Amino acid sequence: MHNSKMAEELKLLGAWASPFSHRIELALKLKGIQYQYIEEDLSNKSPLLLQSNPVHKKIPVLIHNGKPIAESLVILEYIDETWKNNPLLPENPYDRAIARFWGKFVDEKILQIALKFKLAKEKEKEQIIQELGEQLQFLEKELEGKEFFGGESIGYVDVVAYFIVNWLQVHQEVRQIVFISEEKFPVLCKWMGKLHEIDVVNGCLPPKDKHYAYIRAQIEAAKSAIK
Amino acid sequence: MANEVILLDFWPSPFGMRVRIALAEKGVKYEYRDEDLRNKSPLLLQMNPIHKKIPVLIHNGRPVCESLVAVQYVDEAWNDKSPLLPSDPYQRAQARFWADFVDKKIYDIGKKTWATKGEELEAAKKEFIDALKLLEVELGNKPYFGGETIGYVDVVLIPFYCWFYAYETCGNFSIEPECPVLIAWAKRCMQKESISESLPDQQKVYEFVLMMRKNLGIE
Repeated sequence: MHNSKMAEELKLLGAWASPFSHRIELALKLKGIQYQYIEEDLSNKSPLLLQSNPVHKKIPVLIHNGKPIAESLVILEYIDETWKNNPLLPENPYDRAIARFWGKFVDEKILQIALKFKLAKEKEKEQIIQELGEQLQFLEKELEGKEFFGGESIGYVDVVAYFIVNWLQVHQEVRQIVFISEEKFPVLCKWMGKLHEIDVVNGCLPPKDKHYAYIRAQIEAAKSAIK
Repeated sequence: MANEVILLDFWPSPFGMRVRIALAEKGVKYEYRDEDLRNKSPLLLQMNPIHKKIPVLIHNGRPVCESLVAVQYVDEAWNDKSPLLPSDPYQRAQARFWADFVDKKIYDIGKKTWATKGEELEAAKKEFIDALKLLEVELGNKPYFGGETIGYVDVVLIPFYCWFYAYETCGNFSIEPECPVLIAWAKRCMQKESISESLPDQQKVYEFVLMMRKNLGIE
């Protein structure tokens, strides 16, 4: 696909550890779109970021021909509507509604509960893991019988969910706590395994050692804060 | 196949109102069913087993949950008239961004204006006005967020207007002096039948809020 002429005109403001940033990179790579990646230091946000997303001041931001688009799910739909090859969303309105529903579900349920865990006191953690398990069961059921959430090929929900589930798997390893066992979530774990094998997908993940070190540092910082 | 459309809703819900407006804009005939949220119907629990919430749009037996998802579905399934989202991808992205902003800000902060007191209330009122002012900037000189006609952001935001009286009375503040452009927009929207017929009376909403405050033990 000859999407290379867009290279100078497409910028992605992202952060190496952010699953939201990775979603956008995966979408662009799946469509073979060339772009300039700009790493943001979130403790020292660039004038470009502040100017491009004055409302939330967050990454990711996609800047296409100088025009900024913010919020990862909004950006995904923009990319899908602008570059029509390898579509992420299905054609028919009902299937699109289902995909959008699950995209929201991942961000509002799975992610929000996972974030609660990060900030939770020891005694609350058990409860949160259970809650997370209940929500993951819905996702597990939705995937049953399918190769990917998108059906035969990677789609919108795969792109949205992969990095969040990966986040859980990584935290699971670092913290030595089970969030998403193969025993309870065979379908999701198999799907993750399949995606981990695909170069264009796993290429969007942060370098493992760097990521693990970063999470360990976050956990230590949280512990010191509580003391 | 006959087009059978049912909306499971709850009369004061701004999220439900969004779907009512979208259906009205498209001229879709549908059956409105008001749910008792303390005693949810088997149909609601079956059609939205994950969240168990209204609104749920049921089109030919198939459910669409989440108000923003349902409004976009209505726009795409009945695409022969009154488009709610613009056709240009960048403008569509802007509309979705601002709809997301409304969802993140208006409901939760609005709730604080009637459910909190003291410092928390003062902070909520400021945050609420600040959010409305950002929306005013986005509206600019346009008659509607959608331009010359009602669009996605108008549909997403206008339901909260019937809650403003409750927010102002409980929170002891006034929105119009701070956000005259937004109030002018709201009044303009209320001239449209699709909107005025979809929103309950603000006095009724206020009475509902008073009842909720009582149930939550707030005074």
